[in-house]
Amino acid sequence: MKRYLVGCVALAMLLMGVAGSAQNKARAENVPEIPFESVPNFFKMPPDVYFGESMGVARNSKGNIFVYHRRDDTRLFEFDPNGNFVREWLPNSYGHEFAHKVRVDREDNVWVVDEGTNMIIKMSPEGRVLMVLGRRPEAVEGAVETPQGDPPTDERYLFGRPTDVGWDPQGNIFISDGYINHRVVKFDKNGRFVRKVGSNLRGSEPYQFNTPHSLAVDAQGNVYVADRGNQRIQVFDNNLVLRAIYDNVGNPWEVCISPGPHQYLYSSNSNPDSNTPAASWDVTGEVYKMELDGRIVGKFGRAGKQLGQFQTVHGIDCRNPDELMISEISAWRVQKIILRPTNTTSSR
Amino acid sequence: MKRLLFVSLAAATIALGVTASAQLNFPEIPYDAVDALQLTRDVYIGEAAGVAANSKGDIFVYTRLGTPVITTAGARNVSHGGSRLFQFDRTGKFVREIGQGAYGFLEAQQVRVDRQDNVWVVDQMSNQVIKFDPNGRVQMIFGRKPEAMRVPNLPLNTLADTYALVPNRPAPPAAPAGGAGPAGAPAAGAPAGRGGAPPLPGAGPPGENFNRPTDVAWDSTGNIYITDGYGNSRIAKYDPNGKWIKNWGSTGTATGQFRVVKGIVVDAANNIYVADRDNRRIQVFDTEGNFKTQFRNVGAPWAICITPPPRQFLYVSNSNPPNNLDYDGEIVKMTLDGRIVGRFGRAGKLLKEFGTVNSLDCRSENELLVGELGNWRVQRVTLKPAAGTQ
Repeated sequence: MKRYLVGCVALAMLLMGVAGSAQNKARAENVPEIPFESVPNFFKMPPDVYFGESMGVARNSKGNIFVYHRRDDTRLFEFDPNGNFVREWLPNSYGHEFAHKVRVDREDNVWVVDEGTNMIIKMSPEGRVLMVLGRRPEAVEGAVETPQGDPPTDERYLFGRPTDVGWDPQGNIFISDGYINHRVVKFDKNGRFVRKVGSNLRGSEPYQFNTPHSLAVDAQGNVYVADRGNQRIQVFDNNLVLRAIYDNVGNPWEVCISPGPHQYLYSSNSNPDSNTPAASWDVTGEVYKMELDGRIVGKFGRAGKQLGQFQTVHGIDCRNPDELMISEISAWRVQKIILRPTNTTSSR
Repeated sequence: MKRLLFVSLAAATIALGVTASAQLNFPEIPYDAVDALQLTRDVYIGEAAGVAANSKGDIFVYTRLGTPVITTAGARNVSHGGSRLFQFDRTGKFVREIGQGAYGFLEAQQVRVDRQDNVWVVDQMSNQVIKFDPNGRVQMIFGRKPEAMRVPNLPLNTLADTYALVPNRPAPPAAPAGGAGPAGAPAAGAPAGRGGAPPLPGAGPPGENFNRPTDVAWDSTGNIYITDGYGNSRIAKYDPNGKWIKNWGSTGTATGQFRVVKGIVVDAANNIYVADRDNRRIQVFDTEGNFKTQFRNVGAPWAICITPPPRQFLYVSNSNPPNNLDYDGEIVKMTLDGRIVGRFGRAGKLLKEFGTVNSLDCRSENELLVGELGNWRVQRVTLKPAAGTQ
């Protein structure tokens, strides 16, 4: 009986998983195309340096580029602004197991989000571990199957495959969590729990999530959550009160907010990995440029394997709003994308 | 139902925790803390499961670092990696790695340094205790790493009953009659071996068949005591040559029983202080395992250390559990008769705060080394005791 039950749960989760990752054509219509180009041969890789699945990309204030990717082990590479390899950070760290995201905060600290260890690691600009959030399951627990069955309880300080991290101007920490939990948690700058929205259960109502897959925080401290499985971006104020929902840009895999006086929100309606169903390639893969209030400025890109096309975009760095770094899962690469200004990009 | 039970237990535990921490209302000892290790982008650790200093002040850290691996293709699900042993000088500068790639380094649990400056590590997953000499060469091994790891795992048993990493592993036969020296008769509660009375839960077999061991200590004649641990609930005693003498303890709440026996220290008069974590007490025994007394005023003792003679004190950490920063986390200083002198610290991530302390070194009474699981660091805590807390 128990075995039967487990089977049913597994089947149900499998079905949900498929439903959750199926990509949808964005509802927004007549969106202007932003002309762009991808810089060829941007990264100068020594012979033994190469990417695996490129989950996250982020730049610091000096323009150095960090790529968190899944190779033999999960690895964190640093490149200079011209794409020259600088070094690997913390090889064999206890926190690196299955990369999901890398972000750089205002003080140039580098944060990685690892969905294998359920941890978020904060490193100083010099590469020293400053803070860890969440905890890796102990090795003595042995090998585990995925999915594990029942979701864990909604713990303040533990995560279930977390996905992303962001900060408000005061340094409060926001974490989207994730594939097993379905919530966003706010911590103060010292890592103490403040509040959360969502829970360990997925849902489609406002304030609920179905795989919150990415988040970004604007200069006012508002939090934009890519509620991927629900095909919407939920916007919360700093106390996690819902302010708006943008549901016309497909399934947001990745969101990014540019700095500066006029902030833009980028959101990727990534094509699903392995391009299933095949038709998804024709209707997904584009990245949207939006005003913070949800108005769409334009879009660029489409699914494909060539330079200038995208294979399951997973990370966007938009420190410079017209010069993006975009990492892709399925193409094992990071592209530098130059957006060509048009009158549509200055619509305000 | 099982789930419900677990949740109820968890709730009860939390309730207990809150009550107990409210009871720890003792004088605050002023203190300061710095990073004990000079960690850089090239020298870094993971969870600081064990920390200990030798007579020169060198610091040994047994850390969970790297990825613990279970291989796939093969006749065995072989495990390796996941923990490393580093040596730093007293200023925190990295000196060397010891036992790199050692067969038994899977999940760091504890490190202790004996009077001869030998370095002993306890590994919770390989079920081994490994003694290195001061030059870093292996001197003695207790226990054996399971040849295979189960895949998939069974749920982690949080109540530490008879859960075994490798099921159906036969207990070794009892020592032949008359062949085990003066202590040949099994201690109370120890199983009689095959065909004997069924063992009490957690009593463990004779010998070295550990189940997630936790700590090691020595008495004045060099006898060795190993706490075992998360899986069993016993203390195993060996002579200085490593020959098994006796076990005591089983799973339960009575005196002489344990629930997660987490740490052990021995004072100059050979009294043995045992951190009985989930029973939230320190139990005191003589070297034969006879119960002497218990201290129930310390919260949940995750880590324990004892200062050197002549006037010895205990430090005990009532660590916060890994899933919470909002209660517990303080370290208490107490006399050997169980009187609490004072307390310091709380759970948190900043310096002077503690994240699930798993290891204490107090070779110097007012300068402690504190190893944490929740923060990847070792803090050097300097106590500035006021009159009345010394």
